[in-house]
Amino acid sequence: MSTLKSETKDSKPVMTDLKGQTLITLQTLKEDNPASLATYEKLGGYEQLKRLVTNKVKAVEVINQVKLSGLRGRGGAGFPTGLKWSFMPRYYDGTKYLVCNTDEGEPGTFKDRDIIRYNPHQLIEGMAIAAYTLGAGVGYNYIHGEIWREYEIFEAALAEARAAGYIGQNLFGTHFNFELYAVHGYGAYICGEETALIESIEGKKGQPRFKPPFPASYGVFGKPTNVNNTESFASIPWILQHGGQAFADLGVAGSGGSKLFSVSGHVEKPGNYEVNMGMPFTELLAMAGGIWKGRQLKAVIPGGPSTAVMPASAILDATMDYNGLSKAGSSLGAGSLIVMDETTCMVKTLKRLSYFFYEESCGQCTPCREGTGWVYRVIKRITEGNGKMEDLDLLTDVSNNISGRTICALGDAAATPVLSFIKHFRPEFEYYIQHGKSMVDGQ
Amino acid sequence: MLKIEIDGKPVEVDHGTTIIDAADKLGVAIPRFCYHKKLSVAANCRMCLVEVEKFGKPLPACATPVAEGMKIFTRSKAAVQAQQSVMEFLLINHPLDCPICDQGGECDLQDVAVGYGASGSRYTEEKRVVFNKNIGPLISTDMTRCIQCTRCVRFLKEVGGMQELGMVGRGEHAEITAYVDQSVNSELSGNIIDLCPVGALTNKPFRYSARSWELVRRPSIAPHDSMGSHIEVHVKDDKVMRVLPREKESINECWLSDRDRYSYEGLNSPDRLKVPMIKHHGEWQETDWKTALEYAAGQIKDITTEHGSDALGALVSPNSTMEEGYLIKELVHGLGCGNVDYRLRQTDFRLDGKRVGTPWMGCNIDEIEKLDRILLIGSNIRNEHPLLAQRFRKAVDNGAELSIISPLDNNPLMDIAHKIIVTPNDIVNVLAQILKAMSKLQKLSLCLPPQLSELLEQIHVRPNTEAMAESLVGLGETVNLIAPKVGIFLGNMALSAPRFTEMYSLAEAIGGVSGAKGGILPAAANSTGMHLLGVMPASTGMHARAMLEVPRKAYLLLNIEPELDCQHAALARSAMEKADCVVALTAYKSKALDHATVLLPIAPFTETSGTFMSMEGRIQSFKAVVKPLGECRPAWKVLRVLANTLGLQGFDFESSEEVKLKIFDGEKPSDFARSRLNNNMKELVEIETKIKSPGLQRVGEVPQYEADPIVRRSEPLRKTKYNIKRLVRLHPDEMRAYDLVEGDMVLVTQDKGSTVLPVRPDAHVAPGCVRVAAAHEDTLGLGDLMGDISIEKITQEQADVFKSKQMEAQN
Ligand SMILES: Cc1cc2nc3c(=O)[nH]c(=O)nc-3n(C[C@H](O)[C@H](O)[C@H](O)COP(=O)(O)O)c2cc1C
Ligand code: SF4
Ligand code: SF4
Ligand code: FES
Repeated sequence: MSTLKSETKDSKPVMTDLKGQTLITLQTLKEDNPASLATYEKLGGYEQLKRLVTNKVKAVEVINQVKLSGLRGRGGAGFPTGLKWSFMPRYYDGTKYLVCNTDEGEPGTFKDRDIIRYNPHQLIEGMAIAAYTLGAGVGYNYIHGEIWREYEIFEAALAEARAAGYIGQNLFGTHFNFELYAVHGYGAYICGEETALIESIEGKKGQPRFKPPFPASYGVFGKPTNVNNTESFASIPWILQHGGQAFADLGVAGSGGSKLFSVSGHVEKPGNYEVNMGMPFTELLAMAGGIWKGRQLKAVIPGGPSTAVMPASAILDATMDYNGLSKAGSSLGAGSLIVMDETTCMVKTLKRLSYFFYEESCGQCTPCREGTGWVYRVIKRITEGNGKMEDLDLLTDVSNNISGRTICALGDAAATPVLSFIKHFRPEFEYYIQHGKSMVDGQ
Repeated sequence: MLKIEIDGKPVEVDHGTTIIDAADKLGVAIPRFCYHKKLSVAANCRMCLVEVEKFGKPLPACATPVAEGMKIFTRSKAAVQAQQSVMEFLLINHPLDCPICDQGGECDLQDVAVGYGASGSRYTEEKRVVFNKNIGPLISTDMTRCIQCTRCVRFLKEVGGMQELGMVGRGEHAEITAYVDQSVNSELSGNIIDLCPVGALTNKPFRYSARSWELVRRPSIAPHDSMGSHIEVHVKDDKVMRVLPREKESINECWLSDRDRYSYEGLNSPDRLKVPMIKHHGEWQETDWKTALEYAAGQIKDITTEHGSDALGALVSPNSTMEEGYLIKELVHGLGCGNVDYRLRQTDFRLDGKRVGTPWMGCNIDEIEKLDRILLIGSNIRNEHPLLAQRFRKAVDNGAELSIISPLDNNPLMDIAHKIIVTPNDIVNVLAQILKAMSKLQKLSLCLPPQLSELLEQIHVRPNTEAMAESLVGLGETVNLIAPKVGIFLGNMALSAPRFTEMYSLAEAIGGVSGAKGGILPAAANSTGMHLLGVMPASTGMHARAMLEVPRKAYLLLNIEPELDCQHAALARSAMEKADCVVALTAYKSKALDHATVLLPIAPFTETSGTFMSMEGRIQSFKAVVKPLGECRPAWKVLRVLANTLGLQGFDFESSEEVKLKIFDGEKPSDFARSRLNNNMKELVEIETKIKSPGLQRVGEVPQYEADPIVRRSEPLRKTKYNIKRLVRLHPDEMRAYDLVEGDMVLVTQDKGSTVLPVRPDAHVAPGCVRVAAAHEDTLGLGDLMGDISIEKITQEQADVFKSKQMEAQN
């Protein structure tokens, strides 16, 4: 653990200019000492939990507000949160579980880390509200293994919340009990997949389960379990405070609320930006200081490497919301924008991305286990100057053979960059194969 | 029922059926690797992808439950494309070393590749190499060939009861491995060879000895426990090359224990006796059959004429066939002698004459997994009936509560709800407590015979026994059952115990109170059959133990090594030593037969036809799978000719089938058995619940790979970790009481015999017991498997002196 600790010792806040942002999950950022309980309480923290629990507000009323808010899962798949909550069995003889997915491990994704860092109590309140609504007695927050300080911050916040009577037994003098624990992972990307994460919580090797059954019927220890992303949970208190409609109104049709975008790559001011859904990409790029060094935009991966790369022409007209990006040929994913300027070699970038998926495949199912290695090796061979023209069709074909045929979505995630890079930047690949070097940097 | 369509063919299936099961039902072949009907669904190989109408992507048939109106296409363009692509992925890293792979010819990957693979590969990158693992003497590994289907992992965890293999590493680096430096020790391990769809796990002893297509496959019955497992013997050039399970759902399903799989190596042992031998002036001389038989008959005749027919004793292996048992019984009776018995490892014969019929397990093997409450008395089930243990495991996985009363706290690799670990003698008292607690709980005390009621009055029920009784009447840890299905079974340790009679009677009474099924789990392949035939002393005859205690002038031995196969090794040895004549029908030359007079080479089960009757009363005949080795003859023939030579009438059988016909006397064998199998007792026996042994009691199990002459000679089985060196194992409390530390030498004495062995603390042994396994040359000096025993700490020098004296005595 000590190495992990020292690796993340330098945690200077990735502070961004708050102007133009709609701070919801990071609302404490406006205050001094944002992570403390006092700060959160000052902003009305834990009042929603208290209101629901002491007034015995009905679960369906809460779920209806969440449905109304248009909140969609922030973990990448964008599944409507209210709908997901309604899948949890109402009556169940035994413990139901709640899991928060803070395993954020996809390259370019660093939003959940900031929520824990600056506003852990809002996450805790969101989870407690969910637990109340869904009847879950026990919750876990699974925190990515490579972030240590955030794990400590969260543990400290838990201790505060427990001492203040926000989690624990007989909360607010009622029969409502909710125990919440932090689980620190070991850094495998696959443990972000919800069923692998559940296996990992159970102390097993993190490997996705075949679905169905879904966690709602067979989750942690085989019990009904609801899994949501950190940002999804952290949005809940605000939704209940201001009403689902207010949240929905922040965004656009099909994408309620504001959203944390992690902007990285060739921009002047990389960092997290919490802005309303539907914001034009150009505006978000401007907030991030524009392309660095006065260079030109070449391409953007808008939602993390598992989403399709978009050439500048496609992204420049796009809006940052689920429908907007899908119309433009990609998807919102977890909202992690990787911005690439004109000096970026797409062949080498793809090599790096396919190496990631090759390394992170859990190895359970054949197409992903065998296919990710195959793809990586072919691309690597191309970058070593030994490519063949047929390789491009082979890569496309192999990726298509992975996609949609695996146990979990990592297979699709691995195929998407290959397919989209070759689709949009084929001449660059052909050049590399013909000349044995990059069209962009000549090396 | 749901109506669906597969490849245009309509079929109706139950709710919850998967596509692959529905297709199998229809006879539509869907390729597969990871799916196995007996294992959980992993859905990881993806070979079974099929197209389903209205689904945008292919679905795994093994993991997709059908829905009403589903239209499934297994051979459509999309389905075949998906299947071919998976095949391509599976082959890119496969070494394709079929010519040097033992799996060649019986490889799922090879077979499916013929249908779905391409002729060339598009993969030109470097292939993955995985280092092999040494997982023990039975299974050979070539891990580069592994396709990560995890069948082996799931088998060991789900069927074997312990996860001994796992997949470590991620992605392409994922590999199947055992725990660091550990072998796979499951007594069912060989099944993973059958399960492995490729040549990653192959049969180590069989390795490189034959190609699968050179082998002739012949059906037979496994001879080492009383399950009656179906086996397929693979033969080349009249030699048994390997043994595989033959699927029989109601008995062995598709599994086989390692004992039944690897014992065949003992058939090819250099110890095999190939020609008849006569001892002449203390020297063994080979001879021909005629001479040997005449000599044997002459000796028997002389002795019985001179000393009376009583002077003969016949000891019969319970692994011999019904035909052999019948003939030897008739032969002995024909000589006017009643001394014949197959119960070699029994010491308590007080039940003789008190039973209504032949004791058996009291239910069918496949009923076990449906039980709700199980009580195992004096059984180390994994050692005694390795594969049956798996049925109990299934029951427990299905929610049954298992209770165990035993002198050994062995791990059965399943959850135990209640256990009471006491000395063999104390088991009787515990059973009486259970009976008392149960009859109270059931408010049935009035129904018990007065004799028992009186006895129970003096019994004090302890809380742990009460909890066990509650479980047996249906009060569960989580769920209470009004009418639980209960099974009560007595194992080998109970059968060999000096107070077996009490255990049996009380178990019967408990069964009566709880409406339980159950009975005994007889040790050997034909124990039940031998009892049914009455291969036991006639009214005036002597039982197996008496024949040794009061030595006979002459012995007729069928298929045994007396000092290894009898309850009391020392007695058996001295009885053979003292006898004037020992005629041994045996498949092996053996040190244990040094004191024999004539050795008649008989055919083991693979070389003769015959019939076994299993624990569940199933009568199963088998045929020879190879020709008898050398001059060996089937024992039924030898016994027939011996009887003829002795001038006895009624031994004119031309085949073993004729003997069988005679045995069942025109009746249908199953009807014959049905009318005779019965665990009830005619009358109660005297039950004494307070017997305390003066000192320590031995727990002398027969290790599973020492059970009979064939397994004893299987080299690969001897190399497993079950072939432990003989030790004295004591509860740590006893270690302290006797001032012993691990490794100390102790002098172990039973009756007049002694041996010297190192001691080891073992918390799994009941206090008051000394665990010394039997059937081994180190323990030949000892007595009863379950009798009184004493120990004494000695120095290393004293131990050395003892051993050198022992050596001298032997030479
Ligand atoms: C390979 C893989 C990695 C994932 N990683 C994450 C992750 O780091 N964080 C996360 O919230 N969801 C991740 N997911 C998505 C989760 O499986 C799940 O959909 C999500 O946690 C549900 O929460 P939401 O509905 O609030 O988005 C991942 C999915 C896959 C297939
Ligand atoms: S798709 Fe990849 S990561 Fe997901 S289960 Fe299969 S091998 Fe594992
Ligand atoms: S060793 Fe064989 S059975 Fe085990 S995972 Fe590999 S291929 Fe499957
Ligand atoms: S057989 Fe269905 S995925 Fe392996």
